[in-house]
Amino acid sequence: MKHDIPERYTLAFRLYPYAKSPDQDATTPVRHKAVVVGGGPIGLATALDLGRRGVPVVLLDDHEGAGLGSRALCFAKRTLEICDRLGAAKPMLAKGVQWNLGKVFHDDRLLYEFNLLPEGGHAFPAFINLQQPWFEKFLHDAIVAAQAEGAPIELRGKNRVDAVTPAADHVALDVMTPDGPYKVEAEWLIACDGARSPLRNMLGLGFDGRVFEDNFLIADVKMKADFPTERWFWFEPHFKSGDSALLHKQPDDIWRIDFQLGWNIDRAKELEPARIRARVDAMLGPDVDYELDWCSIYTFQCRRMERFRHGRVLFAGDSAHQVSPFGARGANSGVQDVDNLAWKLALVVEGVAPERLLDSYDAERVHGAEENILNSTRATDFITPKTPVSKMFRNAVLALAGSLPFARTVVNSGRLSLPCTYDGSVLNGADHPAMPARTRPGSPCPDAPLDRGWLLSRLGRGFTLMGIGLEVPKAMAGHGVALEGLSLAPTPELVARYLGGAERAVYLIRPDQHVAARWDHLDEAAVAAALARAIGKE
Amino acid sequence: MLITTPNLTRPDESYARLIATHEGLSEAESHALNARLILILMNHIGDEAVLAEAILLARDPSAV
Repeated sequence: MKHDIPERYTLAFRLYPYAKSPDQDATTPVRHKAVVVGGGPIGLATALDLGRRGVPVVLLDDHEGAGLGSRALCFAKRTLEICDRLGAAKPMLAKGVQWNLGKVFHDDRLLYEFNLLPEGGHAFPAFINLQQPWFEKFLHDAIVAAQAEGAPIELRGKNRVDAVTPAADHVALDVMTPDGPYKVEAEWLIACDGARSPLRNMLGLGFDGRVFEDNFLIADVKMKADFPTERWFWFEPHFKSGDSALLHKQPDDIWRIDFQLGWNIDRAKELEPARIRARVDAMLGPDVDYELDWCSIYTFQCRRMERFRHGRVLFAGDSAHQVSPFGARGANSGVQDVDNLAWKLALVVEGVAPERLLDSYDAERVHGAEENILNSTRATDFITPKTPVSKMFRNAVLALAGSLPFARTVVNSGRLSLPCTYDGSVLNGADHPAMPARTRPGSPCPDAPLDRGWLLSRLGRGFTLMGIGLEVPKAMAGHGVALEGLSLAPTPELVARYLGGAERAVYLIRPDQHVAARWDHLDEAAVAAALARAIGKE
Repeated sequence: MLITTPNLTRPDESYARLIATHEGLSEAESHALNARLILILMNHIGDEAVLAEAILLARDPSAV
């Protein structure tokens, strides 16, 4: 008997067509180590990271690939670094549009320009713009490559989870497919099923926060235009197409245009192509030829679940937290969730680390979500002031920003995503006062050029003990964890980023390339203690 | 730490200048000017802790 699994959206790429699994004919439900629900960027990245770390993982998605439309667009340097660890970054970089320059306008005045280009000595740029379906496709390509090398990843398209039943040692799932329903079990379930998360709703878990009373129209237009590859943002634009407007370049001659429409609008009417074209015409001028590629009206909320771990169910990405788009903190923060979760879950599944290590996923990523919600809320309050006095101060800042550089530091059209530092995490060990603050325990390791290649490409398979200016053992082990040694001679970048005022340094680095602890000498007992702490054994 | 003891070098002149600069402005223009002035002075002070004290004090002048 055939069952229909209706598509909620059109596919850009059909990546994993439905195929019947032996699980569907099993007399008792088959139990898997890890099941991921959701085939968006976060679900795919989770399956990829777990599989590459040797954890058998099954991904269930009610679709068969990547949905159409650009949606997530700006992918940050840290995301690219994580994707590089996952073997997916090179095609993203080749296809994506790299950008560093931004311009901010008020009415018809250019207020100032800014440059996001980080200091030299990094493998990846500050940002690339890449349509979400391409990001997903490249992750899928990396999954296929990992599978070919033996990574135990299985993707099941048109597999819709209809019920979830948590138990003491597993989670049971009722799954619907074109061949009818079946049951399957997961020792660990990772919910990557998006902001409307059906799993979250089935479990009756809350998702509270703040609704912003504003509508934004996205118009992705295709045109051969010679606008530079920059992010242009207008407050109260002279062309009156919205209360604010954004212009951003994407690959394939597509441009993202974003108009702020206000709260009381007629959604259906605003989505009429003629009306959208009138707004775009006013912005681009009458002589520009373009076609509408993809349009959508969205409202947004800043909210998160109280906890991201609920027993054997772990929430990651939009299912756990949601922010406004200003600052590119949606998909980028979800990828950081994956980065944080995969190694921890792998150690727990292997029996090396206690289950409470997963509580540090909750603590560290709730901290990250709070930071993103704070930044995103502030940007939104600046872009869409909620009271007359708030608007007066906003416009006073804009009035000063053209001539007074200090006011530009207050202008907020989105504080663009930076990786989170896990200050105060229970996993953090010793710090050294003479070393730079940017590499304190909890920080993501900044990249640096080495004689051959890049520092980050040498980190992240497991735990690393990095010696700078001194030799560390090539291999150590403690608490069931292998520790790879990396001895480096100081370079100007390594001195600036890792040594500071210290002559030499030993860094214990987690599998997600975050610093666990650091010292100015090698003390194997101290390293073993920090390692125990970093895997939740202390 | 926020200075709340007398600190103006020429109190009468400074106050008169503040009032005079609003002459001829509509109420909305005056509010906008005040907003710009606050931002400029905030930047001059700079220190977040001092600003926090000043903002609290402005909201509740009895809380010295």
